[in-house]
Amino acid sequence: MNYIFQLALIFGVSFVGEVLNALLPFPIPASVYGLIILFLLLCTKIVKVEQIETVSGFMISIMPIFFIEPTVGIMNSYGLVKGKVAALFLAAFISFAAVLAVTGLTAQFFIRLNKKKEERKK
Amino acid sequence: MRINELVADSVFFGMILSLAAYKVGFEIQKKYKKVFLNPLLISIVIIIGILTTAGIDYETYQQGAKYLSYFLTPVTVCLAVPLYKQLQVLKENVVAVMISIFLGCLAHAGILIAIAALFHMENQLLFSLMPKSITTAIALGVTNELGGIQGVTVIGVMIAGISGAVVGPSILKAVGVKEPIAQGLALGSASHAIGTSKAVELGEIQAAMSSLAIVVTGILTVVIVPWIASFI
Repeated sequence: MNYIFQLALIFGVSFVGEVLNALLPFPIPASVYGLIILFLLLCTKIVKVEQIETVSGFMISIMPIFFIEPTVGIMNSYGLVKGKVAALFLAAFISFAAVLAVTGLTAQFFIRLNKKKEERKK
Repeated sequence: MRINELVADSVFFGMILSLAAYKVGFEIQKKYKKVFLNPLLISIVIIIGILTTAGIDYETYQQGAKYLSYFLTPVTVCLAVPLYKQLQVLKENVVAVMISIFLGCLAHAGILIAIAALFHMENQLLFSLMPKSITTAIALGVTNELGGIQGVTVIGVMIAGISGAVVGPSILKAVGVKEPIAQGLALGSASHAIGTSKAVELGEIQAAMSSLAIVVTGILTVVIVPWIASFI
């Protein structure tokens, strides 16, 4: 029964996310609204981690399964990328490497700045 | 044509095929322990192979398999739990987290726009790639909002994830990123959950910050990408 309640809570938050997605004019998916709502519920202790941990942990652990169907959809859109596969791969890889380097170096810069400040305080 | 009719009314065909193919992918990865042998990737290759060989339409397969993807929204909601658990790490490094991920998102969009211009890529393809650094559940939502092609987004998300798992640490080493927090943030924001699976191997801090980056990058992308796309 406990698991059913956890699942109902997760579905309930998802539903509120869907309602917000339909009502609010922002291009934010229902899932992200739901994520933020659950995060706020946890921060305000309205929902306790223990009340949701088992089922949410299980769902996160099997997450890739939920992506299978939309990914197989490549079948139907392959015609559209036909002949552009190389460009697509290149674009995806270079942009990936850019995020990795920019985010990593920027974060490192600020972390080291913080460390220097703390050392000076000492 | 006959096999199409046989499975056309079955809700369970698509679901069984999906789960069985994933199981095969999972076992292959367990046996060979190669990062590029990603279970999701393997299952998709198997399913497309079977559908094509047997002459089954995607729509027929989807009839049953779509019930699995109904869980995409609730599972993304669940990511609030690890985020909440890492609230302290987030608080202590909030400036580094926000600025680095924000700049990463901008660099991603900027480079993609430049490459798209260089290769004369259609806007629809460009829009499909713009949300590709984030977890598929959120990426598909952004692609929908932009009018991109979901299949292309998923290809992009997979390339980003597998690249992160295979060459992510080597690239970080090459550019001199040594701080564990920075390594985690970079892997999570460039390669979502698959990058995070690599971050777990690097260490506890990397793993924590990578999971955090999945969520922050997801939310930032939802806000930034539609805004940037409105100028194109």
